[in-house]
Amino acid sequence: MLVSTKWLAEYVNTQGLDPKELGEKITRSGIEVDAVIDRSHGMTNVVVGYVKECVKHPEADKLNICQVDVGEETTQIICGAPNVAEGQKVIVARPGAVLPGGMKIKKAKLRGEESNGMICSLQELGIEGRLVPKAYAEGIYVLPETATVGESALPLLGLDDTVLELGLTPNRSDALSMLGVAYEVGAILSEDMKYPEAGYTESNEKATDYLSLRVDAMSENPMYVAKVVKNVQISESPLWLQHRLMAAGVRPHNNVVDITNYVLMEYGQPLHAFDYDRLATKEIVVRLANEGEKIVTLDDQERTLKSNHLVITNGKEPVALAGVMGGANSEVHDGTTTVVIESAYFASGTVRQTSKDHSLRSDASARFEKGVDPNRVIAAAERAASLLAELAGGEVLAGSVIVDELDKEPVEVVVSPDFINNRLGMKISLEEMTSILTRLKFDFEAANGFLYIKAPTRRQDIKIEEDIVEEIARMYGYDEIPMTLPVGESIPGGLTSYQAKRRQVRAYLEGAGLYQAITYSLTSKEMSQKFALETAPVTELLMPMSEERSTLRQSLIPHLLDAVTYNTARQAESVALYEVGSVFLGETESGLPHEQEHLAAVIAGKWVDHSWQGERKAVDFFVLKGVVEGLMELLGLSKELTFERAIVDGLHPGRTASIKLAGEEIGLIGQLHPSEQKTRDLKDTYVVELNLAKVLNKEVEVLYHEPVSKFPSISRDIALVVDSEKEAGELQAIIQLSGGRLLKGVHLFDLYEGEKMEPGKKSVAFSLTYFDPERTLTDEEVVNAHNKVLKALAEQAGAELRG
Amino acid sequence: MEAQLQQLKEEALQKIEASQNVKELNDVRVAYLGKKGPITDLLKGMGKLPAEERPKMGALVNLVREEVTEVLEARMTLLQEQAIQEQLEKESIDVTLPGRPVKTGNHHPLTRVVEEIEDLFISMGYEIAEGPEVEKDYYNFEALNLPKGHPARDMQDSFYISEDILLRTHTSPVQARTMEAKQGKPIKIICPGKVYRRDNDDATHSHQFTQIEGLVIGENIRMSDLKGTLSVFAKKMFGEDREIRLRPSFFPFTEPSVEMDISCFKCGGSGCNVCKKTGWIEILGAGMVHPNVLEMAGYDSKKLSGFAFGMGPERIAMLKYGVEDIRHFYTNDVRFLSQFHRTEV
Repeated sequence: MLVSTKWLAEYVNTQGLDPKELGEKITRSGIEVDAVIDRSHGMTNVVVGYVKECVKHPEADKLNICQVDVGEETTQIICGAPNVAEGQKVIVARPGAVLPGGMKIKKAKLRGEESNGMICSLQELGIEGRLVPKAYAEGIYVLPETATVGESALPLLGLDDTVLELGLTPNRSDALSMLGVAYEVGAILSEDMKYPEAGYTESNEKATDYLSLRVDAMSENPMYVAKVVKNVQISESPLWLQHRLMAAGVRPHNNVVDITNYVLMEYGQPLHAFDYDRLATKEIVVRLANEGEKIVTLDDQERTLKSNHLVITNGKEPVALAGVMGGANSEVHDGTTTVVIESAYFASGTVRQTSKDHSLRSDASARFEKGVDPNRVIAAAERAASLLAELAGGEVLAGSVIVDELDKEPVEVVVSPDFINNRLGMKISLEEMTSILTRLKFDFEAANGFLYIKAPTRRQDIKIEEDIVEEIARMYGYDEIPMTLPVGESIPGGLTSYQAKRRQVRAYLEGAGLYQAITYSLTSKEMSQKFALETAPVTELLMPMSEERSTLRQSLIPHLLDAVTYNTARQAESVALYEVGSVFLGETESGLPHEQEHLAAVIAGKWVDHSWQGERKAVDFFVLKGVVEGLMELLGLSKELTFERAIVDGLHPGRTASIKLAGEEIGLIGQLHPSEQKTRDLKDTYVVELNLAKVLNKEVEVLYHEPVSKFPSISRDIALVVDSEKEAGELQAIIQLSGGRLLKGVHLFDLYEGEKMEPGKKSVAFSLTYFDPERTLTDEEVVNAHNKVLKALAEQAGAELRG
Repeated sequence: MEAQLQQLKEEALQKIEASQNVKELNDVRVAYLGKKGPITDLLKGMGKLPAEERPKMGALVNLVREEVTEVLEARMTLLQEQAIQEQLEKESIDVTLPGRPVKTGNHHPLTRVVEEIEDLFISMGYEIAEGPEVEKDYYNFEALNLPKGHPARDMQDSFYISEDILLRTHTSPVQARTMEAKQGKPIKIICPGKVYRRDNDDATHSHQFTQIEGLVIGENIRMSDLKGTLSVFAKKMFGEDREIRLRPSFFPFTEPSVEMDISCFKCGGSGCNVCKKTGWIEILGAGMVHPNVLEMAGYDSKKLSGFAFGMGPERIAMLKYGVEDIRHFYTNDVRFLSQFHRTEV
């Protein structure tokens, strides 16, 4: 809402406040002023001129040489506008003027002819093109004959004004009118209101003699008022009215249309003017449209209607889309003599639906959608009739044509001052409260310790006690509210064990050298299931904005790989990222997908890079595996952790494993498939993804320390020769199972698959630690235990001791 | 024999003096003072002397031995010191060479902001509540006083999965779910999480972003409690000398509703580019929980009241760290992420 401060001052005394100060006060008490716009843009030296003579420039077809009286003198100005003519009063920017946009006016020569200034269009004075009346859209603006030559042109055009741009929240639709804003400002400044006047001499003829009315859709249209005005003369509106409309962001058309728009801005009640003769039937019928019915609206668009759209008809065909836009067939035109002024209450839902279905928003629909004041429907019609009599020479027919079943009763809110004070944590006296309600011009009574408030119908946002709390608080000032902290039973705060562990996981991974990434949950359908740990239906958007963001992800890896690609393309030598986030799988009973928190990590490039000492090492499978093992160690799950060779689409078939906890699959780890690496132009890249929720929800043994033993442990190293394909994990498992209770540790310390070995064989060396916390072990005990291990290895894995 | 002793002494002292390292000196020690050395031999040979000469001669030999030993020990200390010195010189390194890097990563800046806020509220007795990112229309809108047909819930603004399931547009559904679960009991929670809106990504919009909200419900929770809580938050998060101000606003789920500004942490209120010359920066929205929201979750709005607030970690991170484009948070450029490594203050 754009509010001209000069126009506003007609309804409320703004106490000569600087518009900036006024804006600040309005903002602090409830309606945000987004901008304070100086319409003059600091212009000076812009005056009224009179074109005494206008001849074609001998050297340029499109230029005219004008002799212009600017008061002090008559001076020559070259003008290129097609509509400039002798005898016009025009706007002249004299040398020294600075126009909006920074154009400086100087004396100049145009094709050999002197030019001492510029004859201006409205656009050149900073008025948006869409607001300039059509007649002057392509040329200079012509002032009325009454303009005084030599005087500043700015006041005539309302450019000596400041406009407040209000950013209205949806609840404050009452401020979508000058009167509404005046009420608000009056309350803030403790000033009374001056209401617009409506007075005219009624004709002897009655409106009902000219027009009949029927409403067939009372719930969509509970109130309809029509006034008939005859003998109107269509012309331009007076300049004051035009510039107020432009200040409010409305383009002037002609006096009749301008008056309806003016009253819309003044009262917040949308009006529409029909050409009575074009209605043809002397009848208005409001009804729901027939499915497929058509109407051409004022913007010359043909619109096909649905059965939930409300239309105004002449009894035969639609003449307006109710509350949204009029029809072209009944439009007021230059030859119009009799007009019908419609002022109605259209239900917000029906207008919103119609406006949405036709993607057509107007000043009218914006107000109906939010609900207009039921008590201004008639007042606005009367105000329009009065202005038509005054400014268009119209003769207003007696009475109105009315259908009215609209509830106009105010909502009563009963609230106790104690309730208000308790909610705010304040001690505002009853007198101060009643003073605020008086300033707001709310009807109320204070009795029996309660305030009985009749919320004015213009304030449809006031319905319950809390709404009154807000009114009192905002007018009293939020700065006055003290600062306290909640008292009462204190609840111990903190993280859940899951949340605490998740933080430890992050800290661990970052300590291990990985940066936390956050990527998008939405991906393409194609990528959504890639690397998923389980197979489940995908979750897709109904109306995606693009195919790239159409489906919820089932794995974090694809977007992390995108991040690696992005960084590698920007010369990053190594990339190590992890992400904790949800994946979305299938559907639960409630209809929502299973949301599972996952952890994924990617590493690429160098892992060790300490170049001056010659230590450089690229990442490999075991770097990432080590990170996973360390993580499980941290979480107390390493005893249950195993890795099993696996095949996963998109990963290197020989370098991929599934990760299991106590035999249950909880993740995957592997190298990106070389062909994928090539596509993405990546070097060796390793990925891991874990079902983090499952990992963090695992029950963990209580942490209970083992006394540090006084007795020594005994180590035995063994080098085994086994078949090349024999997995180290299997050997380790055999050792652990066969070692008995004295075997406390198994550690693989060497692997050899070289030329010294028989083909098809490799050597794997383990260090075994035997230990009894109660006493020193004897050689014999160790030998016995160790022999069992060797025997088991020989029998179960064909392992021989390396000679 | 005396002369012989003197000669031995001179010889020994010369050799001690000539020894250039610990080993050579040890050889001297063995040669002259050892069990098979000449001085020991002299002592052994004393038996051949007349009995009356023996004590005198014995004392003389011991004297020489002590003298030689003393000189040798002194020389030994010196040579040992020299040896250590040589070793130290040999081991000397260029301490200005770079150290072996300890490579660590760090939190994403949004996580950094979120955890800072979480920890602050945990210290005031709050719990962290989380909920699904794909939500029912009921929890995302209806339970928050946004009934069907409400203009603020346009299909165009949200990512719907079906008629009544969508990607949550704010973290408020977690509040609704928590209230439902707590069945009328007091609540003090912080809800962080990802949210989604149907926006085109540009410098100031992102179809996915984060939110963190707070909710307190109890007996006689007042607007002054909200203001006090937000003031604590502003001071801890943006500096002890931050002032706050509340401005009236509108949210369907709170009444009264306010927006909170803090005095600019860059210029202190005098006006700069961060606060757009106003001295104030808008940080969050808040308000007293709307009675409809309480009632819908089974709370008696006559007995209990509450406040709620919500903010965007992206905005806070952008303000705090001067990040000018919201897309930086989702590009995961290591050159960006690694800047949030060190401690603040």
